[in-house]
Amino acid sequence: MTIMTYRQALHDTLRNEMLRDDSVFLMGEEIGVFEGSYKITAGLLSEFGPKRVRDTPIAEEGFTGAAVGAAMLGLRPVVEIMTINFSLLALDQIVNHAAKIYGMFGGQAKVPLVIRTPGGGGQQLGATHSQNIELYYAFVPGMKVVAPSTPADAKALLLAAIRDDDPVLFLENLALYNTKGDVPDADIPAEIGRAAVTRPGRDLTLIGYSRMAHVAAEVAAQLATTEGIDIEVIDLRSLRPLDRETIVESVRKTHAAVVLEDDWLTYGIGAEIAASISDGAFDYLDAPVRRVAMAEVPMPYAKPLETAALPSRYDVITAIRQTLAAVGYRTSSQASTVSGASTVGASQ
Amino acid sequence: MASQARQRRNPAAGKSEAAAAQDAVAPSGTVPAAVPEPGADEPAVPESPASTVSATTAPAPRVSEDQLRQYYKDMLLVRRFEERAARAYTEALIGGYCHLNLGEEAAVVGLMAALRPTDYLFTNYREHGYALQRGIDPKKVMAELYGRVDGVSKGWGGSMHMFDVTHRLLGGYGIVGGQLPLATGAALAIDYRGEDDIVMCTMGDGTAAIGAFHESLNIAALWHLPVVFVVINNHLGMGTTVEHSAAEPHLYKRGAAYRMDAAVVDGFDPEAVHVAATTAAEVARSGRPYLLEVVTERLKGHSVVDPAKYRTAQENERLKANDPVATYGARLMADGVLDELDIEALEKEIAEVVADAAAFAASSPSPSVETLFDYTYASPVPNDSRRLPGQPLFGESS
Repeated sequence: MTIMTYRQALHDTLRNEMLRDDSVFLMGEEIGVFEGSYKITAGLLSEFGPKRVRDTPIAEEGFTGAAVGAAMLGLRPVVEIMTINFSLLALDQIVNHAAKIYGMFGGQAKVPLVIRTPGGGGQQLGATHSQNIELYYAFVPGMKVVAPSTPADAKALLLAAIRDDDPVLFLENLALYNTKGDVPDADIPAEIGRAAVTRPGRDLTLIGYSRMAHVAAEVAAQLATTEGIDIEVIDLRSLRPLDRETIVESVRKTHAAVVLEDDWLTYGIGAEIAASISDGAFDYLDAPVRRVAMAEVPMPYAKPLETAALPSRYDVITAIRQTLAAVGYRTSSQASTVSGASTVGASQ
Repeated sequence: MASQARQRRNPAAGKSEAAAAQDAVAPSGTVPAAVPEPGADEPAVPESPASTVSATTAPAPRVSEDQLRQYYKDMLLVRRFEERAARAYTEALIGGYCHLNLGEEAAVVGLMAALRPTDYLFTNYREHGYALQRGIDPKKVMAELYGRVDGVSKGWGGSMHMFDVTHRLLGGYGIVGGQLPLATGAALAIDYRGEDDIVMCTMGDGTAAIGAFHESLNIAALWHLPVVFVVINNHLGMGTTVEHSAAEPHLYKRGAAYRMDAAVVDGFDPEAVHVAATTAAEVARSGRPYLLEVVTERLKGHSVVDPAKYRTAQENERLKANDPVATYGARLMADGVLDELDIEALEKEIAEVVADAAAFAASSPSPSVETLFDYTYASPVPNDSRRLPGQPLFGESS
């Protein structure tokens, strides 16, 4: 084990995979000379040269599609799209081509492609640069979508994505790049399509992915310490395929669930999870499934508005308490049960 | 200033674009070509091939008579196959959309003749003829149209999505322009591995208006990729003319924006197309992308169900009088390459091939519903949804 940042784990994994397999190469805007907008690819151009670390023009559709075509001939391109917002420019190539080619031609061509891209708000980047639209890709059969929340998972899921024969959207998050954690030294790919129970518990299931898996773990630890609430935390890790079994198994045990997501509420990832719980654990539920998501607005620039729009720890704790109250759960500090749902000005 | 790579690899560098275009079409100076002369009297769009062919002198023999007969035979196969497909469509044996190569036979045949078997082809949804000319068994092409398990894409693609990895047809694509980035990436893979193959990427004239066209040509030129982009200009999108779609209706001229050699050729003359495409392929094989515009006509509607009411009776008369298969046959007869008996024999032979293809398609089974979930993912994953409509996520799913 080595302690390193999420950024370092991504960088080292890319480098090791390029050393291991000549068919792995990188494409994207500003990943070479500029070393990447978020410096994930720092130093790789000088080590591997421009053939394998390819600076592209600003042409998401063109270079993402070119990566799909190269993958069809057996290369293993890893594309960086600077933020997930810009992936919309490549939507046709991802949804109509990368995700379709294996099926549409009767299994004759594989598309071993990885698209790395960060989502996330909270940096005052405004409406077009703060979105969490991984759902668009998780909606599409033929795509795989993974969303690591820790440096260890960043490594294990990136290994899996690069070695997988299907197009994988690899969701990163601006707020996670500097987070640190233990990373195994051995190259052991994760299994795409498996969630992880990152904290066992009895009282309620708290579900998140990417940045919100962190928030879930922190809130669960805090409530265990301060109020003795025993929360089970699930880190989804994979949005397509979605590990419904792990979610439902947990809810059958805890009888209550709160879903955390950085995307918008309506039609979001949380809606799919709530529906899955309804199908698989209806008779076990003691309270409605609660979702904590971003306010349904184009993200404003002004800091107080942005803060209000993003789900905070306070919002999560409120939702947990209200859900437990509906269950009839009595905490050791019952008097602290909140009544209001206003989060304006709430700090984390 | 041309890049060093261009100067090193491209002997035409430094020539005017028009000169390069002339070279591409008529390296010997004897092949008739529909290259518009730049100038004030330049027509708004390249004239129809029929009118330009008649304006040129007869070519000196450049290829063997066997080759000329082969062009005709190949064109005839495309023609009769497409006619059979149209009939099968009206008999409801073919579903979905069905876009035919009627009128584009010489373009299809000339382009495909320029490729090596190991070269790759990416094309659009009007691709039955290309599949045939890549050497795919007509039975498998027709079976795909019928949606049968023996189809070239196992019944998963249909008319718009033919694919055969062994014949290096890497797809018909139904989204206008979708194939351009893919073809560029395939050329990138060839270049990455230092291989000698090229990619040909065909498209319709309307495709020149889409962003993927610009992005792909720019990337291909920047990275010196071995790809030939071919615009099949039949003057119409569905019903929208090139002049209503392209601010510069001379589509080959767009090559200049990417310092890409470009040419325009008469798409009713298989030999001229073959020669132009061979030049384009040679340039691509030397590491330079190329833009070739092939001027042709679509004899019928956009798809089988389009009655083409946007055309005047006069236009229809002109198209009928200039039918490329008939006029090419007549030309070969006039030149003494074919006689009526030869044509009769070819018609008979091809009629059998097409009838066999239709019979094979009709007898091939539909894909089993059991295979519905077989092609979602190449790498198996846990928790992949394999539910039919109405089945619950959990519990009984019979």
